[in-house]
Amino acid sequence: MTATVKYDEVEVGQEIPAADYSVRRVNLVMYAGASGDFNPIHWNERFATAVGLPDVIAHGMYTMAQGGRFVTDWVGDPGALVDYGVRFSSMVVVPDDDQGATITVSGVVEQKLEDKRVVVGLTARSGDARVLSKARAVVQLS
Amino acid sequence: MALNRDFVGRTFPSSAPYEVSRVKIKEFAAAIGDGNPIYRDRGAAQAAGHPDVVAPPTFPIAFSLQSGGEALADPDLGLNLAMVVHGEQRFEYNRPIYAGDELITSSTITDIRSAGRNELLTVRSDITTVAGEPVCTTYNTIVERGGAA
Repeated sequence: MTATVKYDEVEVGQEIPAADYSVRRVNLVMYAGASGDFNPIHWNERFATAVGLPDVIAHGMYTMAQGGRFVTDWVGDPGALVDYGVRFSSMVVVPDDDQGATITVSGVVEQKLEDKRVVVGLTARSGDARVLSKARAVVQLS
Repeated sequence: MALNRDFVGRTFPSSAPYEVSRVKIKEFAAAIGDGNPIYRDRGAAQAAGHPDVVAPPTFPIAFSLQSGGEALADPDLGLNLAMVVHGEQRFEYNRPIYAGDELITSSTITDIRSAGRNELLTVRSDITTVAGEPVCTTYNTIVERGGAA
């Protein structure tokens, strides 16, 4: 359980290259089943529009999971995550077509802490919208 | 309708330990599209220094809200679940969650406040093993759209 990224080789301001994650309706159905969140706004367009949403929207936690995946892929060890928090600032609208939506995540090393820990700031966008704000992960490096 | 502030400070202990299974972790990893073998293959997890298959960082959401969920459905709270979206989420990890863990979640409503036309409610969930070892603390803020209007 060791991070592959070394603390001494990381600098504040260092950027982590962006990655794209797709989200289609089938992903939301799978996520509903796996997470137990069956809120119909995440799979039923009729219900979503009736409560004033533009269309079916992704679970916020699906987007947060992609941010987590981005960080753990970078650091090389899921066990290296110490703290991870986000605010859901905009909805990820998922149309009923073959493309769905795309969530683009990028990151930057914002701060170096003691005990070989760093703060990674995350940016997540879907289309023109910034879908996460105040998204930060504290990661234990080696 | 404004939420009932009397619910702030109420704690809702989990009724039974949650048993973390390899199958559920694999299902969750598949649902988020993460192909990391450490989430599926015990050998790969052990080769990386873990005792068993590891759960992805956001996995606690799959079980931690069950105890708090009952509270949110209490008619006295006045929450219209149809208008709820997720506002904020945070996880503080003491250690990774592994297949085989038996976990207890105790959830507390820590805050209810208005923000513009919306009502915001925050639940803190303290997750420990059945032996009392701290594993993770989660903070979940939901938004009831139009609840304060």
